[in-house]
Amino acid sequence: MSTEAGAASGYLSITPDERARMLEAIGVPSIEALFRDVPEEVRLRRPLDLPPPMGEVELADHMAALAALNTDQDSELSFLGFGMYPHYVPAAVDALISRGEFMTAYTPYQPELSQGTLQAIFEFQTSICELTGMDVANASTYDGATAAAEGVLMACAQTGRTRALVPDAVHPEIRAVLATYVSGRDVELVPVPMVNGLTDPGAVEALLDADVACVLLQHPNALGLLEAAPRIGAACESAGAHLVASVDPLSLGILAPPSAYGAQIAAGEGQPLGNPASYGGPTFGFLACRTEYLRRMPGRLAGETVDVDGRRGFVLAFQTREQHIRREKATSNICTNHALNALAGVIYLSWLGKAGITEIGRLLVSRARYLRDRLALVPGVSIPFPGAHFKEIVVRLPEPAADLQAALQQDGINPGHPLGAHYPGMDDHIAIAVTERHPRAALDRLAQALEARYA
Amino acid sequence: MPEAPPPTIFERSVAGRRAGRLPGLDVPEAALDSLIPPELLRAEPPGLPEVSEPELVRHFTALSRRNFGVDNGFYPLGSCTMKHNPRINERAAALPGFRGLHPLQRPERAQGALRLMHELGSWLGEIAGLDAATLQPAAGAQGELTGLLLARAYHEERGEGARRTRVLIPDSAHGTNPASVTMAGYETVKVKGGEDGGVDLEDLRAKLDESVVCLMLTNPSTLGLFERDIVEIARLVHEVGGLLYYDGANLNAVMGISRPGDMGFDIVHFNLHKSFSTPHGGGGPGSGPVAVRAELEPYLPRPVVARDGDRYLLDDDRPRSIGKVRSFYGNVGMAVRAYAYIRTHGADGLREVSETAVLNANYLLARLRTLFTVPFDRLCMHECVLSARDLKRRTGVRALDVAKRLLDFGVHPPTVYFPLVVDEAIMIEPTETETLDTLDTFVAAMAQVVAEAEEDPERVTQAPWTTPVRRLDDARAVKRPVLRQPAGEAVGVGA
Amino acid sequence: MADETYPDDLRYHSEHDWVRSLGGGEALFGITWYAQDALGEIVYYEPPAVGASLTKDASYGELESVKAVSDVIAPAGGEVLEVNARVSDTPELVNEDPYGDGWLVRVRLSDPGEVDALMDADAYRSYLAGL
Repeated sequence: MSTEAGAASGYLSITPDERARMLEAIGVPSIEALFRDVPEEVRLRRPLDLPPPMGEVELADHMAALAALNTDQDSELSFLGFGMYPHYVPAAVDALISRGEFMTAYTPYQPELSQGTLQAIFEFQTSICELTGMDVANASTYDGATAAAEGVLMACAQTGRTRALVPDAVHPEIRAVLATYVSGRDVELVPVPMVNGLTDPGAVEALLDADVACVLLQHPNALGLLEAAPRIGAACESAGAHLVASVDPLSLGILAPPSAYGAQIAAGEGQPLGNPASYGGPTFGFLACRTEYLRRMPGRLAGETVDVDGRRGFVLAFQTREQHIRREKATSNICTNHALNALAGVIYLSWLGKAGITEIGRLLVSRARYLRDRLALVPGVSIPFPGAHFKEIVVRLPEPAADLQAALQQDGINPGHPLGAHYPGMDDHIAIAVTERHPRAALDRLAQALEARYA
Repeated sequence: MPEAPPPTIFERSVAGRRAGRLPGLDVPEAALDSLIPPELLRAEPPGLPEVSEPELVRHFTALSRRNFGVDNGFYPLGSCTMKHNPRINERAAALPGFRGLHPLQRPERAQGALRLMHELGSWLGEIAGLDAATLQPAAGAQGELTGLLLARAYHEERGEGARRTRVLIPDSAHGTNPASVTMAGYETVKVKGGEDGGVDLEDLRAKLDESVVCLMLTNPSTLGLFERDIVEIARLVHEVGGLLYYDGANLNAVMGISRPGDMGFDIVHFNLHKSFSTPHGGGGPGSGPVAVRAELEPYLPRPVVARDGDRYLLDDDRPRSIGKVRSFYGNVGMAVRAYAYIRTHGADGLREVSETAVLNANYLLARLRTLFTVPFDRLCMHECVLSARDLKRRTGVRALDVAKRLLDFGVHPPTVYFPLVVDEAIMIEPTETETLDTLDTFVAAMAQVVAEAEEDPERVTQAPWTTPVRRLDDARAVKRPVLRQPAGEAVGVGA
Repeated sequence: MADETYPDDLRYHSEHDWVRSLGGGEALFGITWYAQDALGEIVYYEPPAVGASLTKDASYGELESVKAVSDVIAPAGGEVLEVNARVSDTPELVNEDPYGDGWLVRVRLSDPGEVDALMDADAYRSYLAGL
């Protein structure tokens, strides 16, 4: 029944001779005999229906051929954003996270052999606290959407209230994941309408009452616009509700941190920090909170301590919150998080540094404003939302945005993401993201393409 | 003597240093407060580290040297399947066409990724013996939550949503199972284990009724034992209208040998970072695809990758879907690696993976059985569970001490104190990728640790001796929590 | 860390909790040496609210060590009159002095007869020997 040892891949290390010796040591006549506990009626008595095996050489070509069927962000001039952004990933990030000691390690449950991972998590937590102004950050979550969902669940548990206000201006992916996460809970999500692309602060104030646990505010919001965060934070405070802020980490060199407008919890998508888009993942989410939320925080936390000889070291702290100890009473079911992506995040933030985080914020907002002003002059194009933005802008076209996208892609330009699928009535709206990899010439090229098309 | 602990990146920071240089401002300069309302601006920049690139690279290289991965040595961590991570899979995932592909790229320009996802989904279905799959869950625990929500959607459509509220879980289960049950809004009901390490059928019968959503089972169980009564268990659960959920944590034992769907399971989650060799990354990213029977397919998270002739597309028109469990389509980068892994092996290769994993575990069990207590005297599957109970009685040396002493031998210790149903548990999963020499060296190290426990227990109870740090004060980390570098020290200290 | 003892003047519950009768229908509750030893160094105490009513055999609080959480079981029913604030601040008192400074709650018993039905020290010691 058994195949030749080593026949299929070079990842196995037992020779046929060794196999025979091992079976003898075990005291069974064959490999087959090792599976005697598997009842005959559930045995698969045929090979799996899978394609034949490939050696590394053929596989490399095969994978390259599949990859070539995709148009990646460097094969066209891409302004796609709307949740994932083609920011630059420094070479040092890739080199360092590829080290086998990081990449092939498990969760740091044995701290003596995991000081590298643990100290990096500690440094990551510190960086996220510095960015957000929060007291505690966890070791990461799966993505920005699950981070926001966990944040809302934390606020409901902490306040003992059951409603969460979720503005339409929160990214549809976040809203969809949040809706799934609360589907089994006693939590009601209440939408808040948009006015001019912004969460209507008056509507928030009107909806806040003694049953509202929190407001989930995305800032900048899904349309790239800056919300009236201080007013909404103040409204939360006077209603005894908490503010969960979902933020772009690259905005926090220039934008006030969530702590400044009264947020108790900050969440966000970490992809802009040194992580490629990878068709949506893996990236990482970050989640940070005020100290009073510490025991409600889901996921792993690294803490500083000392060893028996008095040397500084790091361990996983407050593990009793987590599923492997508290089981059905755990703060969340999260176990595996996105440690390697978070490692990329902290290396990226150290690469960028204190000066760089501010510079990149200035660069992005300045370039986005240049593009918005430039596109506003294109005949037929208008700016539907006049508010201040960060790195992404929305423009209104004289045609369905999907048509523009299809046409410009023929010329190697992907002008951005059409919004019609997410927001009714916005078929002619397009979200255009700008990064440090979009020099002025690239912005001009997009503007010229629109000018040519609408001339 | 271990070297002194390295400073943190914040302690290395010196004002004025930097690694990254950004493009200069190439558009008209405007005052920030003309672009952004002043009340939204930040007063002080965040205290990120200020280091040059050489310092940055040295720092994280120094940290990596204080870590231990599968690349460094044997890592028989039970329940975690720490197998070799093939490098071609990394190269494949780093191809620009995958790595740099935006999730909102139009599907006609993402055909390679969609085809890969579609094929991987169908292969996972074949391996599970089920009909359809989603790649969206980000990790095993999210796969569990997804599976439970699928079960709820299924029961709700049958008008049984309100009365089905209890999820049965064996007492040996992973902690994520009950935690996921709570996330899904259900109640956990524990089922006892029987004397042979399987589910106690009497207890199961007593707890089965029409309030049961599903039974969540790992097979082989967390004791590394195949559930011999699986057919009867499936019959009993289905008889009361419940579903059977397969936690794929231990799939590495049975690939191509026995399929969960053929055992009677309705929902299966995979851990691509276990069975299909994607790197654990120091705690993720993982990936937790879910496969289901045809009846459950309409509820899968949206969008679903569909095929129309030669074209692949994202079908988001799924009115009966449970919704989304994470943004976009899951950890596609991990799917690329798992795809490459399955493509490397084919059917015979995957079967040989499982056969070898089981061979290696039984070999260790046979060699170690005289050193420790064997709680269930059976052949094991891909991992074996021993107990240090008698060793502790004799010498005072606990499972934890054995684990710590192994660190001095350049071996990552096995899992200890799990599963909870075995006192002083030591759970060993060698995986299929290790050599016989490595297994023998491990046995010799275990024998030496046991001998030391008898002759010089302090040598073991005070271990480790040679690691970068020795035993750490866990209690202090909770009683006097330091979860970030204090802000005052964040910059410029110790440089 | 205290030595293993089971004082004769206490009554014991099979979940390793003790009762010290204070007279006048009041009593102190705590956990036994065996329980604190099994938990290891205690780092956190989640007490009930003063005024909370306790049900015999049900959990009224939590004690945490680094790697375990344990429900604290009420050996008898009653109303919480006082929570030991020193244990909240210094949870390792439960390890150092489980029957003294490490008490957890002071209670007005709803049925003092429940206490009489618990194990005495000898019975508890033989119960432990059989575990």
